[in-house]
Amino acid sequence: MSAKTSAGKGVRVAFGSRWSHVGTALCAVSLIALAAAPFWGGRDDLQLLSEIYAYVALASLWNLLAGYAGLVSVGQQAYVGLGAYILFALAILGGVSPLWAIPLSGVISAAIAIPVAALVFRLRGHYFAIGTWIVAEVFRLLASQVSLLGGGSGTSLLAAVVIGMAPTRQLRDFLLYWIALALVVVVLATIVLLLRSRYGLALKAIRDSELAATCNGIDVRRTKVLVYIVTAFGTAMVGALIFLQKLRVSPDAAFSVNDWTAFVIFITVIGGIGRIEGPIIGTIVFFVLRQTLADLGTIYLMMLGLVAILVMLTTPKGLWGLLVERFGWQVFPLERKVVFEERSAARE
Amino acid sequence: MDWVNVILQGVLVGGLYAMFAAGLSLIFGVMRLVNIAHGDLIVMAAYVALVVTQTLGIGPLTSLILVVPIMAVIGYALQWFVLNRTLGDDLLPPLLVTFGLSVIIQNGLLTLFTADSLKLQSGDIEVATIRLVEGVYVGVLPLLQFVVAVAVIAGLQFVFYRTALGRAFRATADDPAVAQLMGLDNRHVFALAMALSLAVVAITGVFLAVRANFDPSQGPARLIYGFEAVIIGGLGSLWGTLAGGLILGVAQAIGAHINPGWQILAGHIAFLFVLAVRPQGLFPKVRT
Repeated sequence: MSAKTSAGKGVRVAFGSRWSHVGTALCAVSLIALAAAPFWGGRDDLQLLSEIYAYVALASLWNLLAGYAGLVSVGQQAYVGLGAYILFALAILGGVSPLWAIPLSGVISAAIAIPVAALVFRLRGHYFAIGTWIVAEVFRLLASQVSLLGGGSGTSLLAAVVIGMAPTRQLRDFLLYWIALALVVVVLATIVLLLRSRYGLALKAIRDSELAATCNGIDVRRTKVLVYIVTAFGTAMVGALIFLQKLRVSPDAAFSVNDWTAFVIFITVIGGIGRIEGPIIGTIVFFVLRQTLADLGTIYLMMLGLVAILVMLTTPKGLWGLLVERFGWQVFPLERKVVFEERSAARE
Repeated sequence: MDWVNVILQGVLVGGLYAMFAAGLSLIFGVMRLVNIAHGDLIVMAAYVALVVTQTLGIGPLTSLILVVPIMAVIGYALQWFVLNRTLGDDLLPPLLVTFGLSVIIQNGLLTLFTADSLKLQSGDIEVATIRLVEGVYVGVLPLLQFVVAVAVIAGLQFVFYRTALGRAFRATADDPAVAQLMGLDNRHVFALAMALSLAVVAITGVFLAVRANFDPSQGPARLIYGFEAVIIGGLGSLWGTLAGGLILGVAQAIGAHINPGWQILAGHIAFLFVLAVRPQGLFPKVRT
């Protein structure tokens, strides 16, 4: 990434700022603490944390799709459910170990996303959004027709398959917890690396102006399709893991628009769309609200909808956007900066 | 005769789907807003009709005299106080806000009326039928509903192309800035469009509630049927929307006749098929 200028100065692109060094260090420390959770937390803590990881991953993937590629989908539950159903099909009908079935379900779902993209990319803007929802409905209705997997009422994982993962219940809890943590780390790391690559630059250009991006030689459609497929891959793996932890799948739960899309969109918008940190902040807010207000049932969901509307109308950049504007904080080293450096003899 | 009946029933249900779609299409045409809460507003109208009929002891069809203005006022207020703030180049704000409204309405109805499924009773008209030819019968209520659907579409067509209000709608849709220069208040025009859309929603909600059971969770499916009818028919064409509704209704009826589990799926497949072979819809009018 360096080029020589006539003045004998080198130019290079640097990532990150003082804040992002602090942020990266903080991330490393909290990652170690979270990886050690089985040694300091109870079973409930592990389950709650796993659920938080799942939502961080889903929201980050949706953020990549909507916040960076401008593809506002309300049908990502299609891939959550697809991943879950492929895992159950592989484990129950194919005898594949559930742990291997997680990446496999990602690969198969990504393959299915290719023809789906060809269809839904014919719709633009709002119509794309609802078109993706209809695809998810089609998947849900097809899943409820598969009688081998319990049809409309769904099915459970066989005890033998569950025990095959790890002999004791405690070990299984630990194993699934670490997989959940690993998955969210891989998802976040992939997104950071993707955004730092030339595709990331292309995505940011597309986000700011599709016309200008096209003029600069970016194949806008191809980039968007690529992001759609990568997102399907990740979303399906997260879906597979969520339902592996539940040990039970049903069409209505796996393809739920509220659980896997409405909440995910609310989280991303509350936290800050178009920024990596947004979904993480949003998930924390979501779970704090849930842990304190869940007893209120439907009122809690109404409040969640209300908070999302208020944030959208008053601070469209979300909570993290506010903090960035106020303090210039940055956790992940993503900001590109051009650095001019003297080509001094001292280097030789 | 079996198939004639199936297709006839499909056409009659299709009228209802065309009404789901008409309100949606109207809003999109005027302000490029896709209202995700549209289906939930239809279900809400059904509950408003329930309260009105129970309080005043009148029939569901008579209750329209009150339900239509109530929903229209709600529509005007919703647009004026909330949705007008979301309009702009970015498509996320209107989408998110109407998604939020959808969740709020669903859970609000759940809190007030529980998840029990209900139906509005309309007396003898429910079971009355007309014999067309030997073996082909049509229910009076579905027929009435179909006639109302055609009348609603014709009415909207009239308002759009023959009245001053329609001219204001079309002018604002074409170029909001110039419309404002000509003395139109866009916020007011948009609010009127939403009021008109929810007036259609009120009629739709009442007919939905008379015809079948309803509960708070049904909204999203109504939105999807309406959306499918709009796309099948072609954007921006009201008569196309009617055709789209009929095609969707017939596809569902044929699917249900083959296998009850295939009813809704058959409608979605018809939609995806049209999307694959003719993405601009059958009778397109505007390009997006």
